[in-house]
Amino acid sequence: MTDNDLLTNELAGLGADAPAGLLDRVAARWVRVPGPLGDLYVASTDQGIAYVRTDKVVHGEDGAFAASFRKRFARPLLPAERPPAGLGPALRTGRTSGLRFDLRGSTDFEQAVLRTALTIPKGQVRPYSWVARQVGRPRAVRAVGSALARNPVPLLIPCHRVTRSDGTIGDYVFGSEMKESLLQAEQVNLEEVRELARAGFHYIGSDTTGIVCFPTCPHGRRITAAHRHGFRSVEAAEAAGYRPCKYCRPAPEQASADREVAGSVPE
Amino acid sequence: MTEAETVGVATVDADDRVRHALVADLDGGFVVLYETYQRLVFSTALRLCGRWADAEDLTAEAFLRSYRALAGYEPARIGSLQPRAWLVTILLNVWRNTQRTAARRPQSAPLEAAPDPADPGEDVERAVELGETGRELAGMLRQLPEQQRIAVVLRHVADLPITEIASVFGSPEGTVKSHISRGLQRLRELQAPAESGAPKPARRINDPANPHGDA
Repeated sequence: MTDNDLLTNELAGLGADAPAGLLDRVAARWVRVPGPLGDLYVASTDQGIAYVRTDKVVHGEDGAFAASFRKRFARPLLPAERPPAGLGPALRTGRTSGLRFDLRGSTDFEQAVLRTALTIPKGQVRPYSWVARQVGRPRAVRAVGSALARNPVPLLIPCHRVTRSDGTIGDYVFGSEMKESLLQAEQVNLEEVRELARAGFHYIGSDTTGIVCFPTCPHGRRITAAHRHGFRSVEAAEAAGYRPCKYCRPAPEQASADREVAGSVPE
Repeated sequence: MTEAETVGVATVDADDRVRHALVADLDGGFVVLYETYQRLVFSTALRLCGRWADAEDLTAEAFLRSYRALAGYEPARIGSLQPRAWLVTILLNVWRNTQRTAARRPQSAPLEAAPDPADPGEDVERAVELGETGRELAGMLRQLPEQQRIAVVLRHVADLPITEIASVFGSPEGTVKSHISRGLQRLRELQAPAESGAPKPARRINDPANPHGDA
């Protein structure tokens, strides 16, 4: 064997197969699973769940789901052998905050909005303005609406739990009719919220505990009519001697707006 | 018949199968593309950048870009594709982009300057298989000038025929052959002192204070 052959043989030995699973860093996988209101199509990557559409939205066509996924993410989409870990229990219980999501297709602001929406418990709603305050952009209420409208994983990141301060439910990726059905299925006291909003109240407090809540908070909903008081704002409640509930965490509006302004000024 | 032609005959069928699969169904065809060429792309990436984790990143990014490009191609264009040369061209672009990005970030050292055992994946999974010779040779490859390194890796590690390497380089076959032969010559020179004397770590051969590798 010549030196040359020896060297080229050694070079040929430097080849290597890509590690198993590398394809899943490129391609996403999809499954169809039962959801709260009909079947869902779910696509996920190695980072987590990336895309959710209802059976109804894609007219029950696998091809339509795949086409809409590719248009938005420009990745190959292959069938999955099984649903992503934890998806089944999360859908059954409505507790989805433990799931892993792939939000790489969303901006930082959109991701912050989505992460905030993920903290809203099942059966409760929060106004768009609350989400805006939580992400530190109290004036960006409209932008919050747009970010939620672009939610790639509706139902799992429960953007349907964000509603308008006037008590109406607002828009939804899958239509406001579906939003209403979802909230009713979670037994949200929508009628009561609307009634309070018409009277100008966005919070309720108990004069026995001195605690103020969002109207959909389970603690707030336990307050009997005789002890229940409506408040326009958390400031008004605080002025009346109430403190915010530690479970549903209503926040004073002015304080956080001021913080944003003060943020640019060194103290 | 030259070696390159023999290799060509063996892989033309594979190329054809990939093209047909891609035209029939882009996503299903992409799996065929990946499975057929993952070794070609990963081996090339690994021997160019020298690190297992970086090679994984480069390979994943190259295949993702290839998918995005294919999504915009007409069937006729896919039908006339030279998949191997095309994939390697994408890989080289990704690699050069990451090098530029790395160069703009001074805190991360250039890949060539990385110490040998920087790669746990390589250490655990490949060290036994490759043996010491393989490790040393991989280190020597990284000491070649870029054109020679790419040409030698494509020809002798990735087993790509000269004609396709020429289309990757956009140069005449003669130029590619000369890159390869000069690269092999340099590798033999690098190997010589290590083989004649006592075994030494590959990276010490280029030690400026000790240019001939003498102890």
